[in-house]
Order: sequence, then structure tokens, then C-alpha cells
Amino acid sequence: MAVNAKIPFFNKAEAKQEIIARLQQEVYSLQRFKKVNDAITHTIGPFETAFPNQSFPTGAVHEFISHEPEHAAATNGFISGILSYLIGRSGYSIWVGSARVVFPPALKFFGIDPEHIIFLEVSNKDILWAVEEALKCQAVSAVVGILSELSFKESRRLQLAVEQSHVTGFIHRYKPKTENITACVSRFKIRSIHSAILDGLPGVGHPHWQANLLKVRNGKPGSWQLQWNGNGFEEYDTRQHIISIPQKLKAG
Amino acid sequence: MARRFVAIWFRHLLTDWFTRRKPELKEIPFVIAAPDHGRMIVKAVNPIACTSGIYTGMVVADGRAILPELQVFDEEPGRDHRLLKALAEWCIRFTPIAAIDGADGIILDASGCAHLWGGELAYLKDLLTRLRVFGYHVRIAMADTIGAAWAVSRYGSAYPIIEPGKHIEALLPLPPAALRIESNIAERLHKLGLKDIRSFIQMPRKALRRRFGESLLQQLDYAVGQQIEPLVPVCPIEPYQERLPCLEPIKTATGIEIALKELLEQLCKRLADESMGLRIAVFKCYRLDGNIQAIQINTAKASRNSSHLYKLFELKTGQIEPDLGIELFVLEAPIVEPLISSQEAMWNVSQDKEMQLAELLDRLAVKVGEKAIHRYLPSEHYWPERSYKQALSLEEQPGTAWREDLPRPIHLLPQPEQIEVTVAIPDYPPILFKHKDVLHRVAKADGPERIEQEWWIEQGLYRDYYCVEDDNGCRYWLFRAGHYEQAEPKWFLHGYFA
Repeated sequence: MAVNAKIPFFNKAEAKQEIIARLQQEVYSLQRFKKVNDAITHTIGPFETAFPNQSFPTGAVHEFISHEPEHAAATNGFISGILSYLIGRSGYSIWVGSARVVFPPALKFFGIDPEHIIFLEVSNKDILWAVEEALKCQAVSAVVGILSELSFKESRRLQLAVEQSHVTGFIHRYKPKTENITACVSRFKIRSIHSAILDGLPGVGHPHWQANLLKVRNGKPGSWQLQWNGNGFEEYDTRQHIISIPQKLKAG
Repeated sequence: MARRFVAIWFRHLLTDWFTRRKPELKEIPFVIAAPDHGRMIVKAVNPIACTSGIYTGMVVADGRAILPELQVFDEEPGRDHRLLKALAEWCIRFTPIAAIDGADGIILDASGCAHLWGGELAYLKDLLTRLRVFGYHVRIAMADTIGAAWAVSRYGSAYPIIEPGKHIEALLPLPPAALRIESNIAERLHKLGLKDIRSFIQMPRKALRRRFGESLLQQLDYAVGQQIEPLVPVCPIEPYQERLPCLEPIKTATGIEIALKELLEQLCKRLADESMGLRIAVFKCYRLDGNIQAIQINTAKASRNSSHLYKLFELKTGQIEPDLGIELFVLEAPIVEPLISSQEAMWNVSQDKEMQLAELLDRLAVKVGEKAIHRYLPSEHYWPERSYKQALSLEEQPGTAWREDLPRPIHLLPQPEQIEVTVAIPDYPPILFKHKDVLHRVAKADGPERIEQEWWIEQGLYRDYYCVEDDNGCRYWLFRAGHYEQAEPKWFLHGYFA
């Protein structure tokens, strides 16, 4: 009793923290969020902090929603950016959709070798079947499905498929009728925003997005302004960057 | 292994077929006739007309004189051959090698087949009963050589199964015509008093050759087995084929699946032994009513993984209609390719992955079709629509690098969509553009990038491409077709940047 009384208060709190962290890990492992070895974690982007273990969950299905063709392009660009980390140099990825909209040569700008992507153009009713079949194949690094409707039951099927194979799935829902609840681990909405050009130079800058993470299982939803600088994501908030014109230029 | 042949003689092939089509003709004497030199000549006679003394080659008018109620049908040229071909294909359930023999016979190579029926007698009995049930009048014989089987089926009167090695004895009492020789040679032999084969088979070959020519000797050699007679099978034998005959007709899906699994195991084992993999496999089901149901699968890469191939077939087994039942399953691999053994592949993880990927694509291709699956490689063209090409196979690697130096949109519209623009100065990016009734104010712009039409491929206007960003922060790829000289040039939206 006497010994216990000697433990300072902050130590107790620390011990509690430790226990909570350990329990949290156990919960994650039960929910099949793997604790990734730090050495092999890629730092994909600032939005990773929102996810459990501070890492983007692979072996899970992520949902993206877009309503306008412009934002659909932004969303596919964002997905391509994440994909480039997942497939690396030798992996393969499968894109399933009712019609191919992605321009293969442009994928190179997002660090993907376009020959490593296999495009499937199938009828609307076969998209989910093809996505599920592809998600079951361990040889595939990631699967992207572009469709409009995804019911909870269907998303659950996809989630079960990836739990077996640890393939990462991206479901891009373009113009869905309702934004219904799904079993996906996250829900993103990506919008194009003004590109940032330093020093007020003319022209169009790097792809720049407002990435809203609306839902995330066991994480904190958030919102970021991100840009793809050709090699990776970087946070670039135009509200914080006040473009300053150097005095020399002003002078003439 | 001793070879055994079965000769089947259809004595009334055409008329039997007519009777099969119209059962009421069974009791009526009729002939099938064709015009020849202005007369109608009898080409085929049914058994009833035959007993009245009407024979093939008779003039129809003469036949009518003998039998006034004789019915005459026109001959359709080539029907007998078609019938024989169909019958020979039907006979494949008894042996893989069936050949058409002349105008009224079929030869089967039954070597090593009869034991499946429990002996040669049961084999012939089954064959005979089935053909008789169809309504064909047939005579059958089985012997060591084609010539002997033919002779016994046409001219023999004794037991139809000539035991192995006894075929020469069986030939001896038969007339010379049983050797399939020309009729004038047979006639000459008759005139000389050589009325059976026994009387001249021992004669010196030189003497026979001088008097009757080489053909008699050759036919004699074929009949006794001195020379091997070539046989042209009606269906070429696939080198990679597995067969599974069934004792009872199979009707259920489970039964078909078991048969398919069994055959795949056998075929894959053989392919593994020979370091081969199949690219195309055909699963054929021979139905009781003579119909053949077939399903085919293709693989993206040579494969001999029976469980994978089974999965591919599984998606299609529903198409098989067993109807009355299936009595024979055949699995063929028309296209095979060398495939290194899996032992070597185990060292190479990426190869294993590629195999899995190829298997996935096979599964997808079965359902959605091969045309739905695309993979792209760079093509050396500036024109955006032609800057990539479809890869022919999963292994094909890019010949040139992808270009990264010029901005390209992540979404390219399949067809450029026309827009209305407001441009301040010619050759400048637009200030405003209207696409699908939505007005976009251009905030930032890059360009132009001029891409000329490749005149050796297509004639047309060049395009001046601009990357623009509107006041909402959305980025577009616009182009102007042609220049300002003659008329107002048209503007198009061609893609969306990320």
C-alpha cells in the first residue's frame, strides 16, 4: 500500500496511456488492421495521420465519391497517386469500369507505369463481380472499380474478399443516387481547387485538390489541401501560403 | 498390340435413311433414282423392292414393269457421303478412329477398344443393335486387317468375328471380288476358273502380276496384312485428348463436373509429364441422341493447373444440355505450348504472381469476353488518340519509354466535345468557354502546344492544345482545330486534368 502511494500521479497516467494504447492495438488487430512494420511503411501523404496506426490501410476497401466530371478526374488522379505507392515497380493493378475514361499515358505523371494497369471495360452489372474476383487474387496490388451504386451488402462482400487476400480496393462512385452507408473503411471526396503557382507566374500548376475524408473506421475524419508535385503528395494550403512577390521584381 | 478392324456395310444406306425419315415407307417398295443419259436409273433399292428383283443400275421403267406399285424418289447428289460422314462421327463413341469406306461402308479401328465393352462380341453386338435400332440394314465383321474385315462383311456367311491370326483362313473360301478389286479383274479370274481366293493365293506373285496387274497383289497384301493399309479418320485425332465413356448415360450437373474433373486430372498429368501447357481446351459431351455438346475455354498463358482450368470450365458447364444423357466425355487440347516445370518456377516469386494474374484474367475473360480486357503500351505518336496502343499479351513490354515531358490529362474524352469560346486575341487561350451550357471563366492557362495531324495516316487540321484552369479550380484540356485565316475555327474540350 505504502509503495503504491509513492508512485507519482503522472506515472499513473502514463501507465494508463500505455494500457490504452496496447488495448487499442489489440482492437485493431481484431479488426484486421495490421500493425505495419515502420521500416516498410511508406509515407504516402499527410492524410495518413487520420488512419489507425498512422498508416494508410492496405487490404481494405476505400470509397471515393464524385459528382462532376472535373472532380471525377481529380478523384482518379488522387487514386493514381496512392496507387503508385502500392504497386511500386513490379505490381499490377486492375481498373474496372463500364467505359475507360482514364488516358493511360497520363498515369506516368502519377508515378505509375501504365503498362502495369489492366483495364477492364465491362457492362454495369458485371463491374462488381469483376472487382470482387480481382480483389480475391493476391497477385494484384490494388483494384479500382468505377461505378455509381454500391449497397451495404455489396460493399460487405468486397470487404470479405480483401480480408482474405489483403489486396487494396478503391471504389470510385461517380454520380451515386444516394451516399448510403457502406462497409468500406473510409470515404473520400476529392475536389479540384486552384493550382498554386509561386511568385505569381502565369500558367497552370501541379494538380491541387481539396481532399475531404468524411468517414474513417477507427480514425479521425479530416480535410486537407494537397498537391501532387510529380513525386508525391504534399500539403499545400493556399490559405496559409500568402504569395509574396519579391521586392526586387516589384521594383522592376 | 494386335490391331483389330471393324467393317460396317450399309446395304441399303439411302433407302434406310428415307424410311427413318418417313416410317410409313417401311411397307412400300421404293427406289431412289437419278437421271443418266436421258433415262432414270435406280441408284438405291429398299429391301422390299429388292426381293421383287429390282436391283441398282436398273432403268426405272423396267422396275415399274416388274412392280407397278413401285415408288420413285429423286436422288440428291452427295447425300450418301454426308450420311456416311455423320454415321462415322457417331461411331466415334466406339473408337477414336472411324473412316468412311467407299459409298456404303465405314471402317473402325477398334484396336484396344473392345475390352471396354467386355469383349469383342459385346462390342459388336452393341454396335449392331444400335445401328439396327436406327433402322439401318448392316453387316459387320471384325478382323486383323481392313481387307479381311471388308471381305467378311460383304461376302462372308459365317461368324462375323475373325479371331486374331485367323483372317487368312477366313479369306480362302471367299470369291475374288471380296479383295476389293476392279470388276474386270474379278471377271477375268472367274473366267479362268479361279472362283475363290484359295485357288490363286499360293500362285507365284510374278505370274499374278503379269496377268492381273499390280492392284490385285496390293489388295491381296492389304487383306492378308503384308502391307499396312492407310486409314483416313473422319475426325483427325487430337494429339492431346482424353476420353471417358460412361456405362450409364449421365444427366446431372454433378456427374458432368465429376467427368470434367477426372479428364482434367488426366490431361494435366500428361501435360506435366511432357512439360507442356494448354492454351485452348474443348470439352465435348456425346449425347445419347447423337448430338454433341461442346464448350471451349482459352487461357492467356499456357496452363496445366487442373483446378484453375476447372474453374474456367465451371462458368460454362451450365451451357451443356444433357437431355437424355451423355454417354461419352472427351477433353481435347487443340493448342498446347511448352511450359517450364513448376519446380523451376518456385524459385521465381514474380513468375508465380504472373501465373496467378494470368489465371485471374482467364476467369474474367470467360465471363466478360477477351475484348473487354486491355493493357496499353506507348506508341510513338504525338496525336493523343494514337499515343498508346493495345498490348498483345501480358508479357509484352514497352518498346519505347512513355513520354512525361508534355502535360496530358488523366481523363481523355473518347470524342472531343465542341465548346463555344471567347478569345481576346487570336492564338491566345480563351477567356471564357461554354461546355454543355455551363460557362467557365478561365483563370489560368498554359499553351499552346501544337500537334500536327500525321498526314501519312489521316488528313485533317492541326490542333493547338491549351491547359486551362477555370475560376472553380477545375482544369481542362482544350484545343482549337486549325487556324484563323479562313473561317472562325472550332474549339473542343478534349480532357480533364486531375
